[in-house]
Amino acid sequence: MQLTQGFADPAIDAARVFRIVLDAMSHPGRIVALPGIDAPAPCSPAAASVLLTLVDGTTPLHLAGAHDCDAMRDWVRFHLGAPLVGPQGAAFALGTWPALGPLSAYPQGSAEYPDRSATLIVDGAELRREGARLTGPGIAHEAFLTLPDVAALQANAAQFPRGLDILFTSGTQLAALPRSTRIGGA
Amino acid sequence: MTDYNFAYLDEATKRMLRRAILKAVAIPGYQVPFSSREMPMPYGWGTGGVQVTAACLVPEDTLKVIDQGADDTTNAVSIRNFFARVARVTTTEATAEASVIQTRHRIPERPLTDGQILVFQVPIPEPLRFLEPRETETRTMHALEDYGLMQVRLYEDIARHGEIARAYAYPVRVEGRYIMDPSPIPKFDNPKLDRSPALHLFGAGREGRIYALPPHTRVESLDFEDYPFTASKAAGQRCAICGAEDSYLDEVITDDAGGRMFVCSDTDYCATRVAAQAEDAA
Amino acid sequence: MYVAVKGGERAIENAHAWLDDARRGDRDVPDLGLAQIREQLALAVDRVMAEGSLHDPDLAALALKQARGDVIEAVFLIRAFRTTLPRFGASLPVDTSQMQILRRISATYKDAPGGQVLGPTFDYTHRLLDFDLAQAPDVPPAPEIKAEPADTPHILSHLGAEGLMQGEGPGGPEVPDLTRTPLEFPAERALRLQALARGDEGFLLSLAYSTQRGYGRNHAFVGELRIGHLRVSAHLPELGFEIEFAEILLTECESVNQFQGSKTEPAQFTRGYGLVFGQSERKAISMALVDRALRARELGEDMDGAPAQDEEFVLSHCDNIQSSGFLEHIKLPHYVDFQAELELIRKLRRDAAARQAAE
Ligand SMILES: [Zn+2]
Repeated sequence: MQLTQGFADPAIDAARVFRIVLDAMSHPGRIVALPGIDAPAPCSPAAASVLLTLVDGTTPLHLAGAHDCDAMRDWVRFHLGAPLVGPQGAAFALGTWPALGPLSAYPQGSAEYPDRSATLIVDGAELRREGARLTGPGIAHEAFLTLPDVAALQANAAQFPRGLDILFTSGTQLAALPRSTRIGGA
Repeated sequence: MTDYNFAYLDEATKRMLRRAILKAVAIPGYQVPFSSREMPMPYGWGTGGVQVTAACLVPEDTLKVIDQGADDTTNAVSIRNFFARVARVTTTEATAEASVIQTRHRIPERPLTDGQILVFQVPIPEPLRFLEPRETETRTMHALEDYGLMQVRLYEDIARHGEIARAYAYPVRVEGRYIMDPSPIPKFDNPKLDRSPALHLFGAGREGRIYALPPHTRVESLDFEDYPFTASKAAGQRCAICGAEDSYLDEVITDDAGGRMFVCSDTDYCATRVAAQAEDAA
Repeated sequence: MYVAVKGGERAIENAHAWLDDARRGDRDVPDLGLAQIREQLALAVDRVMAEGSLHDPDLAALALKQARGDVIEAVFLIRAFRTTLPRFGASLPVDTSQMQILRRISATYKDAPGGQVLGPTFDYTHRLLDFDLAQAPDVPPAPEIKAEPADTPHILSHLGAEGLMQGEGPGGPEVPDLTRTPLEFPAERALRLQALARGDEGFLLSLAYSTQRGYGRNHAFVGELRIGHLRVSAHLPELGFEIEFAEILLTECESVNQFQGSKTEPAQFTRGYGLVFGQSERKAISMALVDRALRARELGEDMDGAPAQDEEFVLSHCDNIQSSGFLEHIKLPHYVDFQAELELIRKLRRDAAARQAAE
């Protein structure tokens, strides 16, 4: 079994990655760059950084599609210790958009505890500042981001305050789409 | 203190806090429960703010800590020294130079900018708590968006006093959804929250709640059409040191014959103005 | 010219130096050793361990010394240290019927298998100041007799065998952890007991007392109170076997309370439960009474608004580190808010005067 390295300096590296993710989550649609962490294919370096920063033994993780491979399972076991689960029990999920499947399969949070919903890491598709028009908290006027399925994500936003929060990752890039973002079409 | 982890907290605790902060940012105004840790300072003395700050800090940060608007109040000094030791960050008193500002009871006068984070210390995060002491009840009210009780209480104030008799911790509505306690800032500071380009994070340690206002979030102070909100402060006064008329003022008793003066609560704002005036004069 | 209060930093340093000096007191008096505190102020050490949720008599003694004998401050020091410790796992549940008994009494039976043992108790001491203690007397060891190791099953198990005592059922597979999961209501009993075990002794004592006086009245008998040593062990999956890692002193109280029965259950006795680090029987009995009072909802009993029956009230206010911190924070400056109040009051008075003048 070959395991790639995690963070070189875990406390400091995790702090830096979190601040970048926080910046992205606070500015939906903003494309930010994360330090490259080697993880087994097909997991992107950006997704691996996010996992190392946020996921641990207390957060069930769902690996979808090609991300659910032996190498990735070993990596998760060694670096995160997160229990691997199906979509319905996941706090985090990682996969390509098609592999992750319907959003309704994941915990959406309750009216009393809307925070108890999953965070999806949608990995692989290139991120560009074009396509769907985004408005709402974190956005001064408007932002644009390539989205895989506008209708599904609009339905997610319509459930606010319930709903999923989404991190799109590609290579070393990341952009966030919290449930609070209104999606106005292209 | 080098035997403690970076920013004091262990990594598992910071991950837990960071997950809570991200959920808070994703649901503006909603109070995310988190498992608060005992900190080396007492509950009620900023443990929520300290935990949020600890979860956010990176070594490159420049940290400012204020209490009552001032950098040199004892608890602000104590918290600033704590982070200088455990996170080895640079500290500053200048609002403009700070990347992270932890505050108790004030928002700096100088408008905050994109990229800055303002961390509030919060004693009672629940805005409905003074109407209903039970968490089980207030949680349901938020879930159902049932804020009638709050409207009734504020209207009773108007019937009795001719205005809403709340001077600080004045409740706000976030993006038209959650009613939120902005922490015990004077209501003078409330308008600064509306569509601010900075990220506002609120930490209540004893009560175990984190909530957030992302940048550019719509924040309205509760009011009625015929009784609009006003951001009040000492009427008709100006700062005795820098002459400012637009800043929040502390009233200082100067003698026992009723003598008093007013000075800026924001010490950095005041000092910056005095320095600029000295430069102009030179 | 007014100068804002400056020099917070130096004021803090000087206050700390003064505190260190005052803690040491008269230098002609020998410095107090931790062993002296641990051995001779053992019940204070026990309380610090119980409410600090950390079993370490030496650290508790250090905390008491550092806190100048202020027990709540010492608890705070222990708690703040505790949060920085890594977690290796949970111990196996201790079996208190295996206790090496120091003290064991029952108020419900005259005698029971295993016998009653008074142990080192204040109970029948006359509360007369013992002036000899001031003279550092030589204390002869207590008389000892060789006792055969005897089984000391729980006294309430005899009621259980007769079907008169409500069983507790198996615990859940997961041990809830109050210090890792945000408190949520309604809270399961295991979590309530966890909160009570670290709760303030004075607060629980008052609540328990209030149930005796009629606020949520449910008359309790002390079915059994036992104090003794127990070995603590853990199962280590990496090793595949159990290891013993500590021997600790515990106080356990099981109260017996009547239960009138319900549609689904016949009349029987029910239990309130208290388990505390060290020799802490006032706390253990209080905990048992409050535990039983908090079961009112589950047992379908009348809820008449008694504080001790109110889970949210009890659990939100029993922690003395939370309550003392918040209480004392009002010492911090609040002048910004006070100024806002001042302006508001002045304005309301001006407006009222103007209205009166207009009428
Ligand atoms: Zn000024």
